Amino acid sequence: MALMKIVRDVKLGAKTLLLHKLRSMLTMLGVVFGVASVIAMLAVGEGASREALDRIRMLGSDNIMLHSVKPTEQPEDRGQRQRILSYGLHYEDERRIREHFEHVVRTAPVKEIRQDARLGERSHELRVIGTTWAWFALVPRPVIAGRVLAERDMDQTSNVVVLTEHGARRLLATEQTIGNRIRIGDGYYEVIGIVQNEEASGETQIPDSRVDAYIPLPVARERFTDFHVRRSAGSMERERVELHRIIVQVNDNEHVESTAAAIERMLANNHPNGDYSIQVPLQLLRQAEEQQRIWNWTLASVAGISLLVGGIGIMNIMLASVTERTREIGVRRAIGAKKRQIVSQFLIETLLLAGLGGLVGIAVGPLLADRIESLSGIPTIVPTYAILLSVGISVTVGVAFGLYPAARAANLDPIVALRHE
Amino acid sequence: MTSQLTDAGPATAPAAEAYAAGGDDERPPIGAPVVVLEDVHKHYPMGDQVVRALNGVSLELRRGQFWAIMGPSGSGKSTMLNLLGCLDRPTSGRYVLNNHDVSDMSDDELSDIRLRELGFIFQSFNLIPQLTVRENIELPLYYQGWPAAASLQRATETAERVGLGDRLGHRPAELSGGQQQRVAVARALASDPQVLLADEPTGNLDTSTGQMIMKLLSDLNGQGKTIILVTHEAEIAAWARGRIHMRDGGIERIEGDG
Ligand SMILES: Nc1ncnc2c1ncn2[C@@H]1O[C@H](COP(=O)(O)OP(=O)(O)O)[C@@H](O)[C@H]1O
Ligand SMILES: [Mg+2]
Repeated sequence: MALMKIVRDVKLGAKTLLLHKLRSMLTMLGVVFGVASVIAMLAVGEGASREALDRIRMLGSDNIMLHSVKPTEQPEDRGQRQRILSYGLHYEDERRIREHFEHVVRTAPVKEIRQDARLGERSHELRVIGTTWAWFALVPRPVIAGRVLAERDMDQTSNVVVLTEHGARRLLATEQTIGNRIRIGDGYYEVIGIVQNEEASGETQIPDSRVDAYIPLPVARERFTDFHVRRSAGSMERERVELHRIIVQVNDNEHVESTAAAIERMLANNHPNGDYSIQVPLQLLRQAEEQQRIWNWTLASVAGISLLVGGIGIMNIMLASVTERTREIGVRRAIGAKKRQIVSQFLIETLLLAGLGGLVGIAVGPLLADRIESLSGIPTIVPTYAILLSVGISVTVGVAFGLYPAARAANLDPIVALRHE
Repeated sequence: MTSQLTDAGPATAPAAEAYAAGGDDERPPIGAPVVVLEDVHKHYPMGDQVVRALNGVSLELRRGQFWAIMGPSGSGKSTMLNLLGCLDRPTSGRYVLNNHDVSDMSDDELSDIRLRELGFIFQSFNLIPQLTVRENIELPLYYQGWPAAASLQRATETAERVGLGDRLGHRPAELSGGQQQRVAVARALASDPQVLLADEPTGNLDTSTGQMIMKLLSDLNGQGKTIILVTHEAEIAAWARGRIHMRDGGIERIEGDG
């Protein structure tokens, strides 16, 4: 019964709005664009943030990344170019972190080597990483073929190599290559597996981006020593670095920051020249999320302003409509309509305008987001909450901007309204 | 064009009658007082002066009467009709309509009284342009919360009663002035109120159409409706069975017995 009455009221409201089709449509347009831009802006924000956050998450939010950093050259060093520069993280640092920190689950030491490699006729320079089996627990990636490094490979004579798909492509290695040998530098290594890797884009470095192959750390130490040749500006520089990176995994997000601080204290003690850096993805994540929130609010407020303009448009039209229909209001009141019945009549009309505008906006919003994506290349994701938010917003706009005109209609003195020309 | 008013009285169909029943039993019999005014004043402040639009009016009108309120411009006719129509409250004095003391009613209560006890007919018809004839007639039923089927049936019957049974789907703009005023009469009749109030109902019509509307009102009065109309034309007032002459916010004299 009540439902039938509502249906009847809505029908009557729609009928009144259809009397001025163009006017009603133009009024709705304000809400359509308002809602569509809210959705599109949130989709842009969501897309951008998800990309950034995904990249940071790939670092692992329970990880701490340590890097060796070449100390800035002091002026007095200039004359002594030939001296071998020794800096960076030590094997000993890795062992201490692994053994002495309560919340550290595992560590992956990383030694970076660039060497020419050859498979059959094919040869290419590879980026090789000497590490332990822990790497593959810390940076888990699907294994395409074979296996990854295991604990039993961790001795100086285990000449095995795991290729990333990137490295495999460079050497034209396939699944059939498993069990065959490739040459890296002066030695031969048996290919035991191929794993997927993430190709990084943007400024966040993912641990395994640009890695071609993994060999056991003891083998890397034995074969390639800690001395590296660095070619820069035409001159050759020899330097000694034990470990280029250490990835530390902590047992719980909660302990990441305190553990990072403790490691930092230890490193500061042992490395007074500051030849290391420490990066906490969790902190980056938090910063990125915080930035995202600000960005989202900015976008949403811009879109909200257009919605506000749409709402004001509705209010304007409804006020005009109230003035136009003053006599109608007087007649209805004389017949016996209560104030609240006049209010609901006008509110239904504004809600119809706002609601229909909102629905069209919800249809147009994702199209707009798609358009932005194809034009600018910024990925967009329409989040569910954006749709719900838009529904809520258009209803709120309808009520907020319809209430005043409706109240004004209801509060007209019926005698005055009846005399209105 | 002839008035198609049926002489058989209100031909209420069972469904509509069932819905409208109950109200009828409470009605006072013919001759019982319907409108009772006791020393009613209506004052409008104008700057530092006060306009006494009604200045101590006492009056008793009975069920089934037909009165015309007459008087020169500014004598207080409209003010009187607005008060009688419960569109306004007296500054002082008492107004009892059909045993309801409406002098101090709230806005909502007054709306309810208008809805159940009164029917309005205006000089300029005042039909709602976007609604059809049927929907216009249904308005009071809509506000009384009638179910759609009963309301449709009653509106159709009422339209037939004023000779517009074949115009139900038309818009007011498609009708002549006389037809529009008949729709307005049907709307006033739809919920079967006790009292019909008309403010210069023929003011916007030519003489012969005006006569037709007066015939219609006169017939309705014959069927028991209490009718009070405001006019300044003696020819129109002659249709009524009594005339109240007003001057300066008071009743100058009463002619006939309503
Ligand atoms: N709303 C109002 N405010 C002030 N004065 C009013 C108002 N309505 C009516 N009046 C005054 O009250 C007197 C009676 O007016 P009215 O009832 O309209 O007379 P009539 O309908 O007989 O011409 C007039 O002097 C008129 O100016
Ligand atoms: Mg007047």
